[in-house]
Amino acid sequence: MATRPVEIREGHDTPGHHEEPSFFVKYLWSTDHKVIAMQYLFTGMFMALVGGFFSYVFRMQLAWPGESVPLWGLVTPAAYNMLITNHGAIMIFWVAMPVLIAAFGNYLIPLMLGCDDMVFPKLNRLSYQIFLLSVVVLFSSFFVTGGGFGGAWTMYPPLSGEAAYNNTPAGQTIFIVAVALEFVAFLLGGINFVTTAMNSRAPGMKLYDIPMVVWMIVIASIMFMASVGPLVAGAVMLIFDQTLNTAFFDPTRGGDPILWQHLFWFFGHPEVYVVLLPAVGIVAEVITVFARKKLFAYKTVLYTAIATGVLSFTVWAHHQFIAGIDPRMANIFTVTTLLISIPIAEMMFVYIATLYGGSITFSTPMLWALSFIATFLVGGVTGIFLGASGSDIYLHDTYFVLAHFHYTFYPIAIIGTFAGFTFWFPKMFGRHLNETLGKIHFWLTIIAFNGIFLPLFVTGVLGDNRRIPNHQVYPELDNPLMNGLREVATVFLVVMLLAQFVFFYNVVVSLVRGKKAEKNPWKSNTLEWTADSPPPHGNWKELPTVYRGPYEYGVPGRSEDYWPQNVPN
Amino acid sequence: MSSARPIATTRSASGMPTGRLAVWWVIASEIVIFGGILTSYVMYRLAHDSFAEQAAHTNTWIGAFNTFVLLTSSLMAVQAHKAADSGDGAKAARFLHYTCLGGILFILVKSFEWASEIGRGYTISSSPFWSFYYTAAGLHALHVIAGVVIMFIVAAAAKQYRDLHRVELIGVYWHFVDVVWIFLFPLLYIAK
Amino acid sequence: MSDHAENAGNETHGGHETHHGDYVRVWKVLLVLLVVSVVGPIVASAIEHRPTALAVTLSTAFGIAVVKAYMVVKNFMHIQFTQRFVPYLVVTMLVFMFLLFAGAAPDVMKSEGRNWVKPGWIAENADYRAHHPDGSAGGAH
Ligand code: HEM
Ligand SMILES: [Cu+2]
Repeated sequence: MATRPVEIREGHDTPGHHEEPSFFVKYLWSTDHKVIAMQYLFTGMFMALVGGFFSYVFRMQLAWPGESVPLWGLVTPAAYNMLITNHGAIMIFWVAMPVLIAAFGNYLIPLMLGCDDMVFPKLNRLSYQIFLLSVVVLFSSFFVTGGGFGGAWTMYPPLSGEAAYNNTPAGQTIFIVAVALEFVAFLLGGINFVTTAMNSRAPGMKLYDIPMVVWMIVIASIMFMASVGPLVAGAVMLIFDQTLNTAFFDPTRGGDPILWQHLFWFFGHPEVYVVLLPAVGIVAEVITVFARKKLFAYKTVLYTAIATGVLSFTVWAHHQFIAGIDPRMANIFTVTTLLISIPIAEMMFVYIATLYGGSITFSTPMLWALSFIATFLVGGVTGIFLGASGSDIYLHDTYFVLAHFHYTFYPIAIIGTFAGFTFWFPKMFGRHLNETLGKIHFWLTIIAFNGIFLPLFVTGVLGDNRRIPNHQVYPELDNPLMNGLREVATVFLVVMLLAQFVFFYNVVVSLVRGKKAEKNPWKSNTLEWTADSPPPHGNWKELPTVYRGPYEYGVPGRSEDYWPQNVPN
Repeated sequence: MSSARPIATTRSASGMPTGRLAVWWVIASEIVIFGGILTSYVMYRLAHDSFAEQAAHTNTWIGAFNTFVLLTSSLMAVQAHKAADSGDGAKAARFLHYTCLGGILFILVKSFEWASEIGRGYTISSSPFWSFYYTAAGLHALHVIAGVVIMFIVAAAAKQYRDLHRVELIGVYWHFVDVVWIFLFPLLYIAK
Repeated sequence: MSDHAENAGNETHGGHETHHGDYVRVWKVLLVLLVVSVVGPIVASAIEHRPTALAVTLSTAFGIAVVKAYMVVKNFMHIQFTQRFVPYLVVTMLVFMFLLFAGAAPDVMKSEGRNWVKPGWIAENADYRAHHPDGSAGGAH
């Protein structure tokens, strides 16, 4: 740590000036929230490639069982289990969380609130480093004897607690350690986010002047903090079951595997809203800018999000309907699950109302945002089928469930991320993306996505079970219709993955030769657009002051159709 | 080290200084960690009569003594806070060192207690009660150790009249660790 | 640390000032409560009448723990000098834990349910033994 940037403080609200730091200090050891955001973003995108590759391998196996998969080879049952387990865990813990919460949170919170950094920059750096360590630990589990863990991302014991059952004596523990490290990283990050949002707002910025995406990330961080605790305790207990021969979850020696399911889903269900809310926030920013309209019912969206957050702690056992839970509890959890669809639906309707009568520009970010609303609705509606315990008995653990949660997660983690990335790209890198390539990428991705998962709703209803490496073993699942649908899904998956090359090509070319971005290319109101593109260390020479809410578009009587938050009148 | 604090850190729109605000969020997230393991314990405890028989082998007097130690160390921590508020860094550091001493004594007593129990054959894998006993108390002991380490660092700074506001923050954390033990004590030792 | 003056300033602006009380007295009360919580269950074990004994144990052990915790939180952690949201936050977290208990206990505290038994728990469950006098591990119903 020899060369630290030297700060000279001038006056009260003026960020310091710096000597040019070395590459290492600037990009790898930085405490600047924007650099840390980029670290999370690129790590998350890299992990998305890994997770995507895994899905390619097992989908090939599902469509053409037993055949050698190009770039991988034969898929053994053990490899299949390892691939689906780590695909799920990676996409949720190492893609959705770091990109939606950590990357956008780190980038946007200080910029949108008008301050120069997070309140605890070093804690922030530590958070990323622990996250990176968790990635390394996870990867190391693939190379130990027995290979990576294959007991599903939900890690149900006794399968996960006993090496004799899962055949991955080292992988099982390393996997849990990696997940636990990731939790620590996000606890540190969450404390930072919440404290920054509560304390460091620009002068004049009241609670209802905070852009929706910041609210959503903060609510998500709080929910994460409140829900993850019991699972941290549970993870310690599970590791002890594996390594110290305790019997917390072993029913033959006085333990209880159902307890794990409760601890896991008490976290697991709020977690799906933890990743949902930031995406919903991103969509709010994008549609207001490109419809040039005030967000319809700001407070409704906010209180709805909080209500969703609280309610989401009361629905978790809908994942356990056929685990033999108390039938009376199943009734209660059915009711709460159906209740929680109401605030979610309400939010979607508020967005549609925002679009109503707006002057809409179909730019690439807007296309992503609109497709979020459309596809997420499918996910939410199919959730109702599953939330009703009666129908869930038939649908549980089929591809119907799988298609349901991909119609929720994909809009969130992929579509929401692309909406945010293409929207803030000019700010982040100071250049514009190519619109034509962006639209080609959008249409290929969105059509292929629907092509993958619509057929799986059908196979699910026909009885296709999840987590089976080779359906030929079961004659009733091995018929031309179902096989055909599986092949369709796999073909579209390959198309979807290939389409991402368009995106990467677009990013690289635009970074080098893209049109230079001015400060506020979208004519947006929020504070980040008043900083340079890209913003310098410290963000502003003089930190902004706020005079109004973030969504004053098309205000009658003004010559321009937008009214930035920092303009006095 | 001239790492400058961002302006963000000096603002306090919520009406609370940043450090105090953050420490309460830390505590909130810790409540659910201990809450998770204690909730699980209580469910097992109520369902298994055997827990009471096994808990009878714990030593209430050692548990009570450790409670006394932690309560007293909390008193020292709050005296340090008072001294820091009046600007007396040296005195704050002295009281923090007393607090550390309490933490170290707690850990020492705990090690002797565990050593004797393991010696008598009650290990972490003996039965669910003992699994919970070692896991819950072990998780708590980790917090004690972390607290002591941080406290030494804060005390070293306080001695030179630097970062005096941190004396309060580490104190609040320490009291939380104390409160956790206040509940662990009857749960693990008295519930027979 | 060049910014230490500014730093001291930051701790005073915003934030209620803490009013320090008589901590030694609080500590003495805590010690008395500690003694009660140890002695109570011992006394209870001498009581013949089971329900009374249980009530004494629970109130001295756990009732007093709650009082002690409250005293520490109030007098040492100074929760009343924080913004009002802090106590709400703490209470919310505790409520979530009760929720977890309420949702999980109906399954976790049972030794048999729909389609399952927990063999390790049966031996201890008097209710189960009453229904299965042969002590079989069930599963056949
Ligand atoms: C609109 C409200 C929603 C309802 C009513 C709902 C309902 C359900 C139900 C009942 C299940 C359990 C199905 C089974 O295993 O048999 C389920 C599974 C799942 N849901 Fe949802 N859900 C909703 C929204 C979401 C969202 C927003 C996400 C993601 C961000 C999501 C992600 C998942 C995942 C990942 C699973 C499967 C977990 C697994 O077994 O591996 N759901 N959903
Ligand atoms: Cu759920």
